[in-house]
Amino acid sequence: MLQGHQSWVFETKPVIVGSAAVGGPFEARGALAEDFDILHDDLWMGQDSFEKAERRLLEEACETAIQKAGKKKEDIQFFLSGDLMNQIISSSFAARTLGIPYLGLFGACSSSMEGLALAGLIVDTKYGDYVLAATSSHNAAAEKQFRYPTEYGAQKPPTAQWTVTGAGAAVVARQGDGPRLTAATIGRVVDMGLSDPFNMGAAMAPAAVDTIQAHFRDMQREPSYYDIIATGDLGSVGHDIAGDLLNKHGVEIKPEIFTDCGLMIYNKDQNVLAGGSGCGCSAVVTYGHFLNRMRRGELKKILIVATGALMSPMSYQQKESIPCIAHAVAIEMI
Amino acid sequence: MSSKKKKKLTPAQKEYQTFAKSKEPKRPVFKNCVKAFIVGGIICTIGQFLQWLYMTYFNFTEVTAGSPTAATLIIISVFLTGLGVYDHIGQWAGAGSAVPVTGFANTMASSAIEHRSEGFVLGVGGNMFKLAGPVIVYGVFSAFIVAIIKIAIERLGGM
Repeated sequence: MLQGHQSWVFETKPVIVGSAAVGGPFEARGALAEDFDILHDDLWMGQDSFEKAERRLLEEACETAIQKAGKKKEDIQFFLSGDLMNQIISSSFAARTLGIPYLGLFGACSSSMEGLALAGLIVDTKYGDYVLAATSSHNAAAEKQFRYPTEYGAQKPPTAQWTVTGAGAAVVARQGDGPRLTAATIGRVVDMGLSDPFNMGAAMAPAAVDTIQAHFRDMQREPSYYDIIATGDLGSVGHDIAGDLLNKHGVEIKPEIFTDCGLMIYNKDQNVLAGGSGCGCSAVVTYGHFLNRMRRGELKKILIVATGALMSPMSYQQKESIPCIAHAVAIEMI
Repeated sequence: MSSKKKKKLTPAQKEYQTFAKSKEPKRPVFKNCVKAFIVGGIICTIGQFLQWLYMTYFNFTEVTAGSPTAATLIIISVFLTGLGVYDHIGQWAGAGSAVPVTGFANTMASSAIEHRSEGFVLGVGGNMFKLAGPVIVYGVFSAFIVAIIKIAIERLGGM
């Protein structure tokens, strides 16, 4: 049901009956390694291209999530997925493997929560009993498409971020045990005119702030309602800016509950500059780490605000600024 | 950003950009310069040593030793690129490993490796000069302009 201007309240509170996170070798050395279902020690995942490797990650995440939900892929009615590759090939090719009726999404790194919000909507409106939402990113595949060849020795500035090699998937159902989707806020595109692709955090921060503000306004809630409010991949620069902007706009979020998936996934000694990024970042941290903590009873209510930079290598070369978006989903243990 | 583009920004965008700029961690320019000086210097010293080697043991003159010296550095650079080491040196050394001939070899080798999955013709062949291309285009073009100026001055009796 629509609440306020841009938020959905899920009256039936759809359940995440199964979720999975799959990661690469660099993530295996990260701070959240224990929360992954599958970790690869090979960046190629046994494939002959990075694009195929990303597809493999996504397929594994989907298969594991379905298995953990105690279902077969024939039981899943719809598959919603998005990624960063041109024409979202990782998602579409994984959908070919899975054979589940599929809707491809593109929200850049916000795809994780875009998919989860839509899965919640489909289940809540009874247009589906089991819906799978997934997303993936691969460090080398993203570098190849958006920046330079992986082995090219260019120096990156301290504001640059590290694309996560990983995929996350969640099965949303009408009934079952597990964390429940209670609300979602769909973001609008915000462009503050920044154009540096090596500083995405600063470009995306205003979009995250806009969506967070909209969420609390629509839901008539205080930030203290949540145990954790996590942005997707703002990194250290963007997270800092978002915190200041929220304060400036009168939204008081306690620093101990306000975090960023890009700041959590790696260890301090991994030298990822400003932090992690990519579709996989918010997906693996949410579907792995946060949901595990919820199932263990450590967290009751969380708000995930996945942020995305909606640019292409061409728009950047044509000196266009970076339009950004953020979608928020509230997940609660009831 | 150009001043022309700045004009189109709304006041809110301008304010945010100034704010975001103040939050941006600065590039450690001085530290980068020192690192670039050290690594660039080491690479050039290796080059100097190779030149001495070719002149002392292989009958090359100071002029002709240039070619095998550059070739050896290129081979080492391509080898390190293939082993996945050069990009790590590059992140640390910055311009120090980008400016010498080894940096140029790295741009070509890294592009070739990256696009191997798209085949030898459209992948490797088509993308090998993706990063090196501009260097060649503008290198040749500026050499051409400088040569024309030199010839013009000579003809006018300048030299």
